[in-house]
Amino acid sequence: MRAISLIQQFAEIVLAVAIAPLFAGWIAQCRAWLQNRSAPPLTQPYRMLRKLFHKDVALAANASPLFRLAPYVLFGTMVLAAGIIPSIATDLPFARAADAIALIGLFATARVFMALAAMDIGTAFGTLGARREMMIGFLAEPALLMVLFNAFLLYGSTALPSLVDGHATHPSVIDPSVIFAAIAFVMVLLAENARIPIDNPATHLELTMIHEAMLLEYSARHLALVEWATDLKLFNYACIGFALFVPWGIAIHGADSSSALLLAVAALVAKLILAGAALALIESLSAKLRIFRAPEYLAMAFLLAVLGLLVHLLLGANVNA
Amino acid sequence: MNAEPWLSYASASLPVQALSWLLILAACWCLLGLIGLLRPRSIHFVAHALFPLGALVCVGIMLLAGSFLATGHAAETMILPLGLPDLPFHLRLDALSGFFLLLLGMAGAGISIFAAGYFRAGEGTAPGLMGLQYHIFLASMALVILADDAYLFMVAWETMALSSYFLVTSQHRIPEIRRAGFLYILMAHLGALCILLSFGVMQGGSWLFTFDAMRAASLTPFWATTAFILALLGFGAKAGLVPMHVWLPEAHPAAPSPVSAMMSGLMLKTAVYAMLRVGFDLLHVRFWQWGALVLALGLFSALFGAIFAAVQTDMKRLLAYSSIENIGLIFTGIGLAILFDASNLRLFAALALAAALLHALNHSLFKSLLFLATGSVLHATRQRSLGKLGGLIRTMPWVATFALVGTLAIAGLPPLNGFVSEWLLLQSFLFTPQLPHAFLNMLIPLGAAALALTVALAAYVMVKFYGIIFLGQPREATLAQAHDANWLERLGLFWLAAGCVAIGVQPQVALRAAGAVTGMLFGQAVTSGASIWQIAPIAPEQASYSGLIFLAGILAVVGITFVGVRLLAHGRMRRTDAWDCGYPWQNSRMQDTAEGFGQPIRHMFGAFFRMERELPAPADATPRYRIQIEDRLWRALYLPTARGVQRLADAVSVLQGGRLSIYLLYSFLTLIGLLVFVL
Repeated sequence: MRAISLIQQFAEIVLAVAIAPLFAGWIAQCRAWLQNRSAPPLTQPYRMLRKLFHKDVALAANASPLFRLAPYVLFGTMVLAAGIIPSIATDLPFARAADAIALIGLFATARVFMALAAMDIGTAFGTLGARREMMIGFLAEPALLMVLFNAFLLYGSTALPSLVDGHATHPSVIDPSVIFAAIAFVMVLLAENARIPIDNPATHLELTMIHEAMLLEYSARHLALVEWATDLKLFNYACIGFALFVPWGIAIHGADSSSALLLAVAALVAKLILAGAALALIESLSAKLRIFRAPEYLAMAFLLAVLGLLVHLLLGANVNA
Repeated sequence: MNAEPWLSYASASLPVQALSWLLILAACWCLLGLIGLLRPRSIHFVAHALFPLGALVCVGIMLLAGSFLATGHAAETMILPLGLPDLPFHLRLDALSGFFLLLLGMAGAGISIFAAGYFRAGEGTAPGLMGLQYHIFLASMALVILADDAYLFMVAWETMALSSYFLVTSQHRIPEIRRAGFLYILMAHLGALCILLSFGVMQGGSWLFTFDAMRAASLTPFWATTAFILALLGFGAKAGLVPMHVWLPEAHPAAPSPVSAMMSGLMLKTAVYAMLRVGFDLLHVRFWQWGALVLALGLFSALFGAIFAAVQTDMKRLLAYSSIENIGLIFTGIGLAILFDASNLRLFAALALAAALLHALNHSLFKSLLFLATGSVLHATRQRSLGKLGGLIRTMPWVATFALVGTLAIAGLPPLNGFVSEWLLLQSFLFTPQLPHAFLNMLIPLGAAALALTVALAAYVMVKFYGIIFLGQPREATLAQAHDANWLERLGLFWLAAGCVAIGVQPQVALRAAGAVTGMLFGQAVTSGASIWQIAPIAPEQASYSGLIFLAGILAVVGITFVGVRLLAHGRMRRTDAWDCGYPWQNSRMQDTAEGFGQPIRHMFGAFFRMERELPAPADATPRYRIQIEDRLWRALYLPTARGVQRLADAVSVLQGGRLSIYLLYSFLTLIGLLVFVL
């Protein structure tokens, strides 16, 4: 293991943890502009975290150790995922710990811990949120898997670094199936990260909320960790999307000069700015769906991914062949 | 019959190490059971002396089978001059039987230790008799796995069915339990009939019923397919494959918890073993259509089990349906292996089969763990219904902790063991586009999606299971007095939970054991990436996974965050009432019930269920809400069949007039008829 890959690994994790709240702040700012409101400053999420970390925890009297452990586990899984996803470089010591399918598993671990913690206090809202979150989870996973199947057919791998490297060595391949897969992925991203049209992160109404319902009982540092982990999750999903569909700029294996790394950081920031604006646009243009319309929404994502798969198989374009 | 088997016995009676030791250990089980009869009513003697010894025997079997697999010895055979004259028992230990003996010993040890602390005086059958049935059950499973002729196999198979029947009906004074037992024994015998016929086809006219003769027989494709379908029906009935699954959700809840754990964790796996033995060892050809059939049945069972588990309100029924789901996953792997093997893609066949084997091992660990945990809950609360439980994590912290490990493992979450096998299964799905069937290539990715849906649904089910039993507020006032499990029970739970974590973090070891089996059957084994850090089934560039990095990474970040937060900010905390959006009063009835948690599933997969609902009218003074969910297959398939059999029996009963002269007339007419036929 070379020193440069260790440095890249460390830089990537620190960068992810540091700028994930900024990404969330940027989306909030874009949304405010699009909705003709005056926007909060970009640093608002950091202020929020600072405030929460310095408050005293008010813990429900019957909370079990599981409830207190869950925010740390949630944060831990998201930081680990940030270390595995190649956001700025592909030559990472941790990257071989998981392919994209194992990453989905890692996110599922976080989801189950969150749902269990939400059920721990035994309030009506907590169990409601847990049930809905698990429901969205099992609807989204088949669609996500089909997206990855698509990627596997194109590059013969589900390991994200290999996908990025493969894309760099076959830059000319523009397969129509990629477009279907990309749309499906964005739909899954919105659902999994509790954004409109599935969930609305800005409301506290019992009829509309999923994610917020689960963390109602959390306060102070626990809440801060959950919020930070939520920001990281969105950041991670965005980076998976970049690695799958727009991997330009990521420092590929062997290109380990510091200029390549700087370029990769610049490319990442540019992609995040564009993606954040696009997300804000999608969220401002669409309305929140009723909860039982969510299966239809995610079935559409699934069908799009399958369509991509069929297009690929019918056209018979195979890079490996 | 000729005298050949006796001759070969003389030549094979050289000291054969592992196999003879295994037989001695299995005999020890029978002996322990018989010793229990000396003092059948003494719970102390039977439970605290014999069951721990039985667990030691399990550990011995596990170590023997493990070392046999690790050293990679050639198959050992032996012929025992027992049984009928001229029909000695043939035994054989090879990698396939070694793997399943490893599974039997590993999960059996945990269950036996738990059982030592579990059985109480005055619950159904006398403890001594129960101990006999229990240990005979274990020994017969070992013999099923070691059998090398159809005769011994059927004897052991039926002993297994009967001993487990008596264990299921140990509380036979309860009518539902008697009914469940009857259904179980009925399905077991229908299955056994199919298996017998399958062996009859496989001997291929040689009339030799040793497995060696069957390996040598060359069947036409038609007869090979017939044998395969019969075996699939017979072993599928034992494994609980849809549509032969109906006995499983009845029998598992009826049995005492350690017995449920044995049946679900171990007995279903003997059916998997036998299916592999017939499908990959005894039959010399495999057609892709078989693979497609098994794959379709497996996927449907998996999805069916997961959906039904999600709407159950009885914790043991929920686990029973989850067993159907997991058996479905195992058969999915087997189906893929047949598909790949039929197309001569042997490395991928090895991958799919390794996934199935690993999942069988994993399921035996976490499902036993969860069934045992429900046993502790049952003893502590006297409740099986999810609607009357809740909040047990506070009164039963040990059981809750071990059950959490089992829950996360069965939900297929990294870094525990359930994830590894499901990941391998998904990986083998990825290679299906290499199959030379264009039509299948487009359909099978949908199978992968069904698999992903099933796995994610299993997570939903397990959140429901754990959340409703152990989390939230207690739904009954009596739950506050629930006591934690005793130390023997804890030890059993710990053993199984440790197995789940160990295989999750170091799947390489288990994969090497599975590799011995795939090496024997396909001549290929998936490389485990050759490092302690990761597994990479085909190539690390393609896909790799490391449970160790997952566990270490999460633990490290959790530790750093925990310390960092306290250093940079503070660790102050005060206890207050729950906030709940400011609602002034909350009680336990405001939480989701088991029915409520299953509601989205009922809504989305309504076509699977037959539902009867009673909703209260708006003006009801005492509103009642009732919902009953049934399996459609019960009315569509089983009841018509039962009615048909009844009608047939009625028709035949016309012959039985009850007068001796009539019966003598029948005999006379038959003789005349035979004479005419012969002349």
